[in-house]
Amino acid sequence: MLNYILRRILYAFPILVGVNLITFFLFFVVNTPDDMARMQLGMKHVTPEAVENWKQERGYDRPLFWDDTASGVGVVSETLLFIESTKLFRFDFGVADDGRDIGKDIRERMGPSLAIAVPTFIIGLMTNITFALLMVFFRASYLELSGVVLTVVLMSISGLFYIIGGQFVVGKLMHLVPISGYESGLGAFRFVVLPVAIGVISGIGSGVRWYRTIFLEEMGKDYVRTARAKGLSEGRVLFHHVLRNAMIPILTGAVVVLPLLFMGSLITESFFGIPGLGSYTIEAINAQDFAIVRAMVFLGAVLYIIGLLLTDLSYTLVDPRVRLS
Amino acid sequence: MIELYAAIGAKPLFLWTDLLIWLLVAVIVLGVSYTRKRPHLLEPWHRVARSRLAMGSLVVLLVYVVIGLLDSIHYRPALKSTEANAEVHYAVEARTVLDWLVGDLGEQSEKSYSAPLATHLYSRESIETEAGTVRDYPRLQHGGAHLEDPAQQRGDLTTSLFVGGLQGVLVWLAIALIVAMWLRNRQGRSPLQWVVSKIRGQSDEGDVLPWHTILWVTCVVALLMMMAIQVGVKYHILGTDKVGQDVFYQAVKSIRTGLVIGTLTTLIMLPFAILLGIMAGYFRGWIDDAIQYTYTTLNSIPGVLLIAAAILMIQVYIDNNAALFETTEERADLRLLFLCIILGVTSWTGLCRLLRGETLKLREMDYITAAHAFGVSHLRIITRHILPNVMHVVLISIVLDFSGLVLAEAVLSYVGVGVDPTMYSWGNMINGARLEMAREPVVWWTLLASFLFMFVMVLAANLFSDVVREAFDPRLQSRGERS
Repeated sequence: MLNYILRRILYAFPILVGVNLITFFLFFVVNTPDDMARMQLGMKHVTPEAVENWKQERGYDRPLFWDDTASGVGVVSETLLFIESTKLFRFDFGVADDGRDIGKDIRERMGPSLAIAVPTFIIGLMTNITFALLMVFFRASYLELSGVVLTVVLMSISGLFYIIGGQFVVGKLMHLVPISGYESGLGAFRFVVLPVAIGVISGIGSGVRWYRTIFLEEMGKDYVRTARAKGLSEGRVLFHHVLRNAMIPILTGAVVVLPLLFMGSLITESFFGIPGLGSYTIEAINAQDFAIVRAMVFLGAVLYIIGLLLTDLSYTLVDPRVRLS
Repeated sequence: MIELYAAIGAKPLFLWTDLLIWLLVAVIVLGVSYTRKRPHLLEPWHRVARSRLAMGSLVVLLVYVVIGLLDSIHYRPALKSTEANAEVHYAVEARTVLDWLVGDLGEQSEKSYSAPLATHLYSRESIETEAGTVRDYPRLQHGGAHLEDPAQQRGDLTTSLFVGGLQGVLVWLAIALIVAMWLRNRQGRSPLQWVVSKIRGQSDEGDVLPWHTILWVTCVVALLMMMAIQVGVKYHILGTDKVGQDVFYQAVKSIRTGLVIGTLTTLIMLPFAILLGIMAGYFRGWIDDAIQYTYTTLNSIPGVLLIAAAILMIQVYIDNNAALFETTEERADLRLLFLCIILGVTSWTGLCRLLRGETLKLREMDYITAAHAFGVSHLRIITRHILPNVMHVVLISIVLDFSGLVLAEAVLSYVGVGVDPTMYSWGNMINGARLEMAREPVVWWTLLASFLFMFVMVLAANLFSDVVREAFDPRLQSRGERS
């Protein structure tokens, strides 16, 4: 087991190197440090000295891939690529354009992101599975047909409208909860309710359809016929046998996204003014702060790879037939 | 050529996305004519054609497509010069055939917000009258300007709707009769008798298409369109936005953007996904490892961030090379094309993985082994034996991706990394209007317009793709037979 995990972590390393190369290419080669400096200092009235200064402050004045002036290993290690990459791999994200420490910001903003993402995920998962099970239980009836129609309709509405509509009806017309904002501690509850509810509702359409397909696939298997032949009631077959077996694809599908919950939701957080990582990313994109975007890309990649690892492990935990090799 | 342009008073403008869209149309036409002669390929399409749901939504989708295609022929009108024999200059702002058809709708702008079908502005202003300055709601410059007294508006609207409805019925009847005349299977009835029998819901033997549904949906669409045209020339059907531009016009113009993103993204990523997916599954070994590594790496970068990074980069390039673009459309178009490419980069991995899995299964089949034994080359095995047998996976993923991409555009534009801000798109409309719900009194029509147009298209696409998936996915069919 340990052996396997170690090997998987070693596999992850080249992927992270690849991610790093892609982001480096995007942020330093396509868009050179000179361009960045000019954009930050204003397009016009910028002297070459000011550009040089800006680059020196951030250490961007080094050569990109190859340093002729250095000796020995220095030709590689004294370059922008090497220094910036090693910093990322040590999770040292540097400072943002406004001088704040990115690593500290990320740690602070993780809490609010999780306060929205975790409840949305758990409640959403349970709601979707419940509705999907009910639809399968009432299959080939008008109840199921209307359920199918409803999920297609729900799926065809852009997520933005759920948020705008929800804020308008619940926040502005009914005055039940504040429209946006955040508070740490227990006071967060009234700020979290609406985003979570909207997150769950906007996910119902595609979620229920997805789980319904999984359940229907299980229903066609032989053990279901055996269970019925034994004389079990349809409810018992569904909730006991099918649900348990369907847990394998459901769990493994859910585990992948688990680590990514840390990243927060871009849209929800920015609409509701929640100081999480999602709104952090959006602010960085709008301010064109490449240091933050690069840090978030790297963080996202690390979390995704952890997700893949967890998926493989969870396969063995829920399904004893699968062996790690 | 230059003389010809001067004589017409317009110079065609070839945008990248226009060319690709028409290329796509050509590909589809070729595909249809190829499929028509091959019964085994036609069979699943027959299943789609028999579905009332699929054909109903197809009619709606086709209306969107026709509007989008009309909007994909750009030209630059000649500017009127005061001197004779002067060199002809062309406008910096391009127009499309659609603009030409709807006439002045795009230019009929008011001062600021006005409600749907309103005759007055939405906010009070100081108006100079004979009795002095009063604060009141001023009349609109275009919306209902033909009325002497705004109180006549109700009657005028009713007349317009009635005339529009009548025109709609006539247009629909004309279309239905043309279709009926062209049809062979009329069972000896005249075209008119055929239309009447179909409207009543009779179906003939040998009918594949659900004519009843198709005719009714077409009827509703024709009615709505003609009514919109009748009312739209006199009023702002869905009001005007902050700078006074007609919202209905914006929503219609946004159709092209949505279609381009939904289709071109797939068109661009398709060759890579197919080639790499099949290669990985077929050759295995180090090729498989390399391809898997590539898509895992691309997948592990959060999609929105990759798109954001790429779009920020292209924007820097566009800003630094402003001289390369003669018109604003060309600039916006490059960004749109780039958005399609980068969306393709983030979305090809799913299809690639599916194709790899499917090919892994196929290569173990006996007929592939037989082909190997006969000494058939790899290239020939892939093109003749594997590719045709994975096409259903490709087709299903094309239709399933479409609506997701249209919805993604809105989100990306909200984040600020979608299409160019000068381009009409539902995402830009929502983005510009998101604070309007907080206004007092509420300005709701921009959001309603983008919601309606987007919802109808995405819903139709979803319904259609469901039927297509059911018809093509062998797994779903076997399940249907068992239960």
